Amino acid sequence: MFAASQNTPNSGWAAKAVAFFKDRLKEKDAHTWVPSLNDVPLHYLKPNSLVKFRCFIQDMFDPEFYMGTYEAVDPSTKAKVLRCGKYKDVTECGVSTTLEPSTMTAERHTFYCVPIPGESPWVKEISSSGQARVVPSTSYAPTRQKRSYEEDDDDMDTDTQPQKQREPHTGMSELSEPHGNGDCKRREKEAPSSQAASASHLDLNFPLPGEKGPSCLLKVYEEWDGFKLNEAVEVFGILSVSPALSALADEDASSSLLDPAGGMETAEEQRVHSPPASLVPRLHMLHAKPLPHNNPLLPAAGLEDNNSAFLSSTLREMAAVRAELLAYFTHVLLGDALAAEYLILHLVSNVYTRRDVLPLGKFTLNLSGCPAVASFTERFYQIIQQLVPSSYYLGMTLQNMNQMRLVPKKDYVANRLLSGALQLATNTSLFLDESQLEQGQLDTTGVRNVTALGNLISWQKVDYDFSYHQMEFPCNINVLIASEGRSLLPSDCQIHLQSQVAPPDLEAYLGGIQVHPQASQLNKFRMYLSVARQLDYSIADEVTKSVEDDFVDMRKDDPQSISAEDLHRMLVVARLLSLSLGQTSLSRDSWLRAKHVEMLRRSRMEQNKCVNGNEP
Amino acid sequence: MSSPLSTPGGRKRGRTTNPSTPSSEGPTSPPFQRRRGQDSSTGDLMPMPTSPPTDVLSPAAPLDNSLFSSPRPSVPPNEVDMSSPLMYGTPMRGTPARQRPDLGSVSKAPQVDLQSEPPSADGAVASEANAGQRHRKIFPLSLFIDPSSSEDENTGLDLNEPLYMQKLEEISVVGDPVLNVNCLHVQSFDAELYRQLICYPQEVIPTFDMAVNELFFERFPDSILEYQIQVRPYNALKTRNMRNLNPEDIDQLITISGMVIRTSQLIPEMQEAFFQCQVCAFSTRVEVDRGRIAEPAVCRHCNTTHSLALVHNRSLFSDKQMIKIQESPDDMPAGQTPHTTVVYAHNDLVDKVQPGDRINITGVYRAVPMRANPRQSNVKSVYKTHIDVIHFRKTDEKRLHGLDDAEQKLFTEERVQTLKELAAKPDVYERLASALAPSIYEHEDIKKGILLQLFGGTRKDFSQTGRGNFRADVNILLCGDPGTSKSQLLQYVFNLVPRGQYTSGKGSSAVGLTAYVMKDPETRQLVLQTGALVLSDNGICCIDEFDKMSDSTRSVLHEVMEQQTLSIAKAGIICQLNARTSVLAAANPIESQWNPKKTTIENIQLPHTLLSRFDLIFLMLDPQDEAYDRRLAHHLVSLYYQSEEQLEEEFLDMAMLRDYIAYARTYINPKLSEEASQALIEAYVDMRKIGSGRGMVSAYPRQLESLIRLAEAHSKVRFSEKVETIDVEEAKRLHREALKQSATDPRTGFVDISILTTGMSATARKRREEVAQALKKVIQAKGKTPAMKYHTLLEDLRRQSETAITKEMFDEALRALSDEDYLTVTGKTVRLLA
Repeated sequence: MFAASQNTPNSGWAAKAVAFFKDRLKEKDAHTWVPSLNDVPLHYLKPNSLVKFRCFIQDMFDPEFYMGTYEAVDPSTKAKVLRCGKYKDVTECGVSTTLEPSTMTAERHTFYCVPIPGESPWVKEISSSGQARVVPSTSYAPTRQKRSYEEDDDDMDTDTQPQKQREPHTGMSELSEPHGNGDCKRREKEAPSSQAASASHLDLNFPLPGEKGPSCLLKVYEEWDGFKLNEAVEVFGILSVSPALSALADEDASSSLLDPAGGMETAEEQRVHSPPASLVPRLHMLHAKPLPHNNPLLPAAGLEDNNSAFLSSTLREMAAVRAELLAYFTHVLLGDALAAEYLILHLVSNVYTRRDVLPLGKFTLNLSGCPAVASFTERFYQIIQQLVPSSYYLGMTLQNMNQMRLVPKKDYVANRLLSGALQLATNTSLFLDESQLEQGQLDTTGVRNVTALGNLISWQKVDYDFSYHQMEFPCNINVLIASEGRSLLPSDCQIHLQSQVAPPDLEAYLGGIQVHPQASQLNKFRMYLSVARQLDYSIADEVTKSVEDDFVDMRKDDPQSISAEDLHRMLVVARLLSLSLGQTSLSRDSWLRAKHVEMLRRSRMEQNKCVNGNEP
Repeated sequence: MSSPLSTPGGRKRGRTTNPSTPSSEGPTSPPFQRRRGQDSSTGDLMPMPTSPPTDVLSPAAPLDNSLFSSPRPSVPPNEVDMSSPLMYGTPMRGTPARQRPDLGSVSKAPQVDLQSEPPSADGAVASEANAGQRHRKIFPLSLFIDPSSSEDENTGLDLNEPLYMQKLEEISVVGDPVLNVNCLHVQSFDAELYRQLICYPQEVIPTFDMAVNELFFERFPDSILEYQIQVRPYNALKTRNMRNLNPEDIDQLITISGMVIRTSQLIPEMQEAFFQCQVCAFSTRVEVDRGRIAEPAVCRHCNTTHSLALVHNRSLFSDKQMIKIQESPDDMPAGQTPHTTVVYAHNDLVDKVQPGDRINITGVYRAVPMRANPRQSNVKSVYKTHIDVIHFRKTDEKRLHGLDDAEQKLFTEERVQTLKELAAKPDVYERLASALAPSIYEHEDIKKGILLQLFGGTRKDFSQTGRGNFRADVNILLCGDPGTSKSQLLQYVFNLVPRGQYTSGKGSSAVGLTAYVMKDPETRQLVLQTGALVLSDNGICCIDEFDKMSDSTRSVLHEVMEQQTLSIAKAGIICQLNARTSVLAAANPIESQWNPKKTTIENIQLPHTLLSRFDLIFLMLDPQDEAYDRRLAHHLVSLYYQSEEQLEEEFLDMAMLRDYIAYARTYINPKLSEEASQALIEAYVDMRKIGSGRGMVSAYPRQLESLIRLAEAHSKVRFSEKVETIDVEEAKRLHREALKQSATDPRTGFVDISILTTGMSATARKRREEVAQALKKVIQAKGKTPAMKYHTLLEDLRRQSETAITKEMFDEALRALSDEDYLTVTGKTVRLLA
């Protein structure tokens, strides 16, 4: 596609090409024309075409130098051709062509990307349904997808080069045309699993166990410093699945004898850094944008710009949606309205800034008193999974704690970062099920894992293990701990569940909570939670004053019962309460309400303390 | 490496003259033509010391290029070169030259590169034309004097003599033919030469070699070296950081720092292949050319095709090792993973470094195209990059031996200026204290204490007099109610200091704190792995939840906190490690809430032996007063709504604070002044006096040492080389403040140091006496009864006594009496003795 433009040694072409794509993608819905690596199996995608990929930067490899431009000489004709190596993995030259040394070397960076860890099934479903954005359709629309290919190509072709692209393209669409709707869908479902099976010998290094999906090596040509580890980005780039890459990897053993430089890399390293392209495609980046959220129901651009109409309409509805959601959660949480209230607050919390080491805005909730019957916690998690865009359930069994790798660790042999379950994207909901914990001994790994969880909760950071030293990566993860008694992990806020349901009916009741609300209502909830989290927030001066006064008064009444920490928590609760109601600044009412809610919670804790003797 | 006498003529010939024939040059032009021209231009300096015909051990000389490296065996053999006048070059007394694979394998030395280099500006032309000029230039460098030298390498050298001449002398004595040249010296001597050295290391360094060898053998004609001197430049300013390497650095001399993460096995790399004809036993040698050996197809002697076979043990190999280094954590931008770079070490640089070492390496950055299988049509368009190392320098070497901080952080002039300006301000102490953890409200004295801890006292060495090192580090314990941001303070300190460790008492074992021995899975060797305390040597070890630590863990702290060493005796490894660390610990009271009616010891239940090792013990309590509450509320609320910038303005930023501390720790070593020592003596005497009036001791020598440390730290804050009275005053104040908080006897309200040193206040001890006496009286009043019931005795005592007697008090009294051998207690009966 770029053949012509690349063969002219015009240094400006790269910038122009990138600008061209950026412009095109700015157009309304243009990004929906581009096939996504997330949804379309790799073997359906055409090599060297434009694709998009919603991904998570799991590891950053060393920068590599490649031939920016080079001259190839055909020995038979002695004709010299200047070629460009940008956006390519393999040089184009025949068997006997020799390369002139007049190459320009350029630098590019490689990031290892995986799909966003813990992405909920509904997110995948909705975003794969392409343009159908608000109404989730269960049917995949392959014909539509195909047409989008065509549109895409047509656009490209008119603007750049037609030529050879035609043939493989038409051939491919013919291939996929005969399949009926359902047939195609079935194949699509199968594809990833077979891929995973064949990939079993190759660890694709997903943060969470049991994850599937394509991973890719992202080649970044400019502004690589802007990318951070654990960032979620949407990448538009050129797909490269040249079989030559796999061949290179396969013949490593033999070529290492011939090539002393290549032989120095261990086989392990080779395998990790140049896996077969059929499993881990290369994606040459043209354009990428960070994803502030991965909720497909929201406009992708974020809330700040040009979406005021959308924003105001959602804001108007927020209070109503909140009431519905509260009712739903109350039902789920065995009729406990207060716990439901706190659950909402927890789900909209977000670390919005850090003051030296202190993360502000986090709200880790410890839901104690979970009934130990009928796998309540698991059902509860499934409900949360239905509502948040990404989440992970970590059952804190002794075995899990002792054996799982939670903290990412650098593997120096393969020269990569072995992922761990705590390598999660921003605003992922981590559900810790402490009711799974039984008596027993934690070994060294177990202690380290528990410490890591504790650090995550208190400081919102994970210390990655680089064997000779540790490196601290800040994160922003919503941790929800479900436990029977008070959790052994720290938490910002603990609430004891008060079941309104008589124990004999519990089984039956729990069986019933699984019933989902309607899809449209679910979508409303999903949208509500994501929007509330993104809102800006401020405190006006006069409210500040009254908050301060309140605090002083409370201290005067009973200095023992309220400390600086309580004020911290109340400020967070007030913030989240306002946001959950769609208010962007703290009002006197919200403050009073926050105080009231906190008071209810505290009085419940005290009651509970009397019952539960071992509480400290 | 053993090759018996063979083809001496050929070897010599090759060595003296011929450069490899670049492929672009026609085979007709005699390859040595060019070189000869160059040699003549350098005139008198031409003859490289070369190996004599008898020498067989050495590979080719640095600059020399054997004929055989040329892939075209058609170049006329022996005859031409035997007659070449160049073979009569002055061979220098049989000192063999040694290959420099670090500058690229011999055969691809300058010429190959000239061709591949961009033909810009002064590429090929300059390197040839200037060769002679440069050559001469290095002579004056030999007269270079470096008066400002402060490097460890130069110890024992006279700073007023020419530095490198002294080094040459050293070489002649020691016999280690390596000359390390600081590139900064080259730069200050001749900027142009420096530029050339950086840009064309492959050509310039061999020229250096030549000049140095010539100079050396002129000066020390009788010395015998194993092989010729090799120049190893270091400290090139080209690049400091691995992340900044880019394609422009290829084939240039660079210096980067990093940490070794992996070293490979030793790799023998063939430098010269030895072939022998199977038919006529004619032998020939082929040098490696760009990583390949061109196997001769035809025997030149008998013209048999494909009759030549490689004879391994007569081929020449050189050592090579692959080392992976990783960016050091300080160089990395936040949120990215460290980069790694492959480094090749050659010959004697092999096995110089171990994984975990922090090193500065100087070398030539290379990019090699990924040579795919020749059968394959496509070539990967990516280069492999590595660095051929020329010089290693360990950055943490000093730390093992010396006392000073290893990373002598280099401060720019301006930075030093700003720091000094800041230090000149009268309120610098308060400013710094408030800049510390601004998100934590008030607790000014605690912050001041921590600030002094960060600066630390002056190190004193009394090892000659047998007392060993004095502790210079200040230890601080924070205890108090939960939720008073102790952990936050710890976390802040841990983030501030370069070598800090953060552990939680709950999660750490004695092993994790000290060191443990483990078996390396690869080498099966026992390896000592160091724990948090050793790792924070020269730094601060923050221990949270100190009270939750197990006793055995805590016991290791005894040694660390006073002797500052850590003795290990396990699995056959007996050693003493330095652990000159300051301990900043936080503890919660045992009853979760601080009980003001109890002493510190009773509240936190720590052994007093340990407590007395803390210089300052602070209580972080909730002061219950309205004005405080209001300020606190305001502070917290503003934390939640002020923007980042607003707050930044108010305080010094963390980087400034960090630099300030680093500068003071490195450069300021205050000494006690006369007045200050007087003031200290007075303070100590006063402290002892306070107590003696009430029959208790309120200060021990340990407290005096604490005072000295604090005073020293305070004068460091002021950037003062002298401890003055104001420092002592502040130290006294802070110490008193801490004591007032932690060593106040809750029963009397007086400060009583014995709470901390013996675990019991003097009044408590006095009361125990009284109860014991009362009990004795009760027993005596009973007359001659040899045995009594425990309970009745308690009842009797209670009836007699005016104050309430608890069971514990009674037990204590019983114990006191039994210590006097007055009675014994067996079960529930009390028997009188004699």
